[in-house]
Amino acid sequence: MSLSVKHLLGIKELQTQDIELIFRTADTFKQVLQRQIKKVPALRDTTVANIFFENSTRTRISFELAEKRLSADTINFAASGSSVSKGETLIDTVNNILAMKVDMVVMRHSASGAPWFLANHIDASIINAGDGTNEHPTQALLDAFSIRERLGDIKGKRITIIGDIMHSRVALSNIFCLKKLGAEVMVAGPPTLIPKHIQDLGVKVEYDVKKALEWAEVANVLRIQLERQHKPLFSTLREYALYYGINKSMLDSLNKEMVIMHPGPINRGVEINSDVADSKNSIILDQVENGVAIRMAVIYLLSGKGDLGE
Amino acid sequence: MKTLLDKNQLNITLQRLAHQLVENHLNFNNTAIIGIQPRGILLSDRIAELVKGITGKNSIDYGQLDITFYRDDVHQGGIHLPQDTNINFSIEGKDIILVDDVLHTGRTIRAAMDALLAEGRPNSIELMVLIDRRFSRQLPIQPDYVGRTIDTIITQKVKVNWQEKDGLDEVVLID
Repeated sequence: MSLSVKHLLGIKELQTQDIELIFRTADTFKQVLQRQIKKVPALRDTTVANIFFENSTRTRISFELAEKRLSADTINFAASGSSVSKGETLIDTVNNILAMKVDMVVMRHSASGAPWFLANHIDASIINAGDGTNEHPTQALLDAFSIRERLGDIKGKRITIIGDIMHSRVALSNIFCLKKLGAEVMVAGPPTLIPKHIQDLGVKVEYDVKKALEWAEVANVLRIQLERQHKPLFSTLREYALYYGINKSMLDSLNKEMVIMHPGPINRGVEINSDVADSKNSIILDQVENGVAIRMAVIYLLSGKGDLGE
Repeated sequence: MKTLLDKNQLNITLQRLAHQLVENHLNFNNTAIIGIQPRGILLSDRIAELVKGITGKNSIDYGQLDITFYRDDVHQGGIHLPQDTNINFSIEGKDIILVDDVLHTGRTIRAAMDALLAEGRPNSIELMVLIDRRFSRQLPIQPDYVGRTIDTIITQKVKVNWQEKDGLDEVVLID
């Protein structure tokens, strides 16, 4: 058994069994990460280029750590301070990097669809580390993996994604991933931040965050992405926090144990309060920890050149 | 297809291997058995049970080791899928007995030693195999405990079947 895809561009293109294979492989990498020697020599013949055309802390560090734990060689490229600012095109930039014998490319780009465009033009395996407002597949995988770890299974679980759905690639990838694994998904937030026709993806829509929390077992709270909002979609951050922010008294009033997630970076006091983000219900730091194991699994599985069977 | 060991012969051989282990390690106080995933653990499960019976101990240190990430052919032909490593004790300073069903080229054992050393620093490592295909070695690795030594050519295949997994205890040579 191996993955049905050569690249990890989006969750949309994955089969359910691909996701399950990634989870099983990540389980074994999690065992490796709990040892004293947190490194295996599996990919010592592989070079990975991390190409980030957009800012990132968690994802870039997580990918780089995953590559190093697999003994792969890594090169890091950030668009700022590179020839991109001199007008070099995406394909030229990547082809120049590949000419130096790189086997795999991890790319983040502000344009939705950029990894697909690249996949049509180059031979190396591509992992999408976030493209515009489209997909962020490894984030969705680590989110689902963390839910599976906490609740045992995803199938039949009720999960609500709260906040800026409109601009969130995390939301879209999460919806695809959770639906494929058999969860019920609800998106919640102000009407201006929820895209029209999102029901067509098979998700429920709720404009009252309290009601969404009452329905759900897991709440994945998203960051308000002011940098992507080109026109005002709500009056002030304070108003947003008042009506849509998650705080402890709101959770206490539910009389149930909820699992709280956030992909980071957190705007404390806006979409989520510190008394929730740092509570025992929060698995935010588990998500970060699992991110390395998930990315190791994805890189390892994509590094194969065929199928060997069990 | 030729039967190398039938159910009875296999049973006698397993008894002998277990007794040899106890002969060398006596009370198993500082000794651990570690089976190699995936098929070595079927043998090591049996050996661990027999050793418990002979020594009269309720439990001995016994673990399972996955070697996938330490293989030297990780990229040849395709991807190998990993299995669980379960070693719920420290191997530091222990005398380890690595257990696998068939010793062929020696490459699996090389990988297993690397995988084991990533878990800690044992005092010693010994190797137990059920079948030793002695003329097929590609690395300088020899077993310490052998069920049966056989002469084979590279195109032949040795299959060890177990009741738990394959429905029957036997060792066969496939041409």
